[in-house]
Amino acid sequence: MFDTKTYSSEVNQALCDYLLRLADSSLILGHRLSEWCGHGPILEQDIAMSNLALDLIGQARNWYQLAAQQAGVGQTEDDLAYLRDAPQYRNVLLVEQPNGDFGQTVMRQFLFDAYHYYLLQKLGQSADENIAAIAQKSLKEVTYHLKWSSEWVIRLGDGTEESQRRIQTALNNLWEFTGELSKPDQTDEILHAVGLVPDLRKIQADWQNRVLSVLTEATLQIPARTWMQKGGKEGIHTEHLGYILAEMQFLQRAYPDCEW
Amino acid sequence: MVIDIWQLLENVHDPEIPVLSVVDLGVIRSIVQTDDGVELKITPTYSGCPAMNTIAQDIRQCLENAGFASVKVNMVLSPAWTTDWLSERGKQKLLEYGIAPPVEPLASSKALFGAEPQVSCPQCQSTHTTMLSLFGSTACKALYRCEDCLEPFDYFKCLR
Repeated sequence: MFDTKTYSSEVNQALCDYLLRLADSSLILGHRLSEWCGHGPILEQDIAMSNLALDLIGQARNWYQLAAQQAGVGQTEDDLAYLRDAPQYRNVLLVEQPNGDFGQTVMRQFLFDAYHYYLLQKLGQSADENIAAIAQKSLKEVTYHLKWSSEWVIRLGDGTEESQRRIQTALNNLWEFTGELSKPDQTDEILHAVGLVPDLRKIQADWQNRVLSVLTEATLQIPARTWMQKGGKEGIHTEHLGYILAEMQFLQRAYPDCEW
Repeated sequence: MVIDIWQLLENVHDPEIPVLSVVDLGVIRSIVQTDDGVELKITPTYSGCPAMNTIAQDIRQCLENAGFASVKVNMVLSPAWTTDWLSERGKQKLLEYGIAPPVEPLASSKALFGAEPQVSCPQCQSTHTTMLSLFGSTACKALYRCEDCLEPFDYFKCLR
């Protein structure tokens, strides 16, 4: 599907790693959202979360296909999704956190959407045209996701006492997972130096402004403590990811190469 | 001959919105005839749209039935699909089918909560409508209700 470019082995290795970060974050969040299917608080929002999941899993497929092609060792998108274990997953910790109540799901979505939106906007200008194409396509969808999650954060935050308490609790629980979103590491540096990916520190500023403006309108308080979790992008995950993979990969593990 | 292929493709329909042909939907990006057949580029509407595989398969089937020995259908992502590529006839068909076609939002789509599009009821044409949910029965639709005739209806989202 993609005409891939050839890079030096250092850049290509970093690129494959980076593509897995994008793919894994979308897949795992999509999987989490799909857990709501049939359990949503009201039918319309049940459908909304399934639609968000569908977009994200579609985007993940595009990133996996590109990652598989770019790695050039004969893997397929399915190998990458179904045959890697938790330490090989590169998603950010935020997206693997449990759904909790609807407030927690909405808050997790909002914190990620705001980051995803600015990241895709910049990736749309990547020097690699495959990255740019997938990012530009995904951005149209994620713009809509951000609208949905922002509206719900405001509705729940500036809602009843109960809804406010719940979504504030969600924010308190999830805040420590937002630090790694825009913290660059060696992979980011290598790829940024050759114009393939943006400087995450620039995204940090945009993310913070957007998050602050929505949370303020929602009458929510950012937790005072500043200690942040990290590790997802290097494969060090919370215990939740293993359970997700156990469910998602069961069929492929039990019946290798099965088809239907 | 290229025109004939476009005409043939009028018979391939979106499996989820069967009143629209793939030509109306604007997903056919190019058609090139080769020595032994034809090569097409198609683009997905939404990244996760489950109809795309079926659409590619139906296109292949349609052209093979028409006598093309080799039919290649390649998926391309760029430029990304937009509802601006829906044909005018396609929008009319949507309306007759009971789905409100996309309308331009009134304010900049860059705004966080830009003004909502003014969607007319496909049953009674009233503009007195309310959005029930940003998402609907397929990736490309949102759910609305008419406040005059009280009918709920699907709105084909404007995607730019």
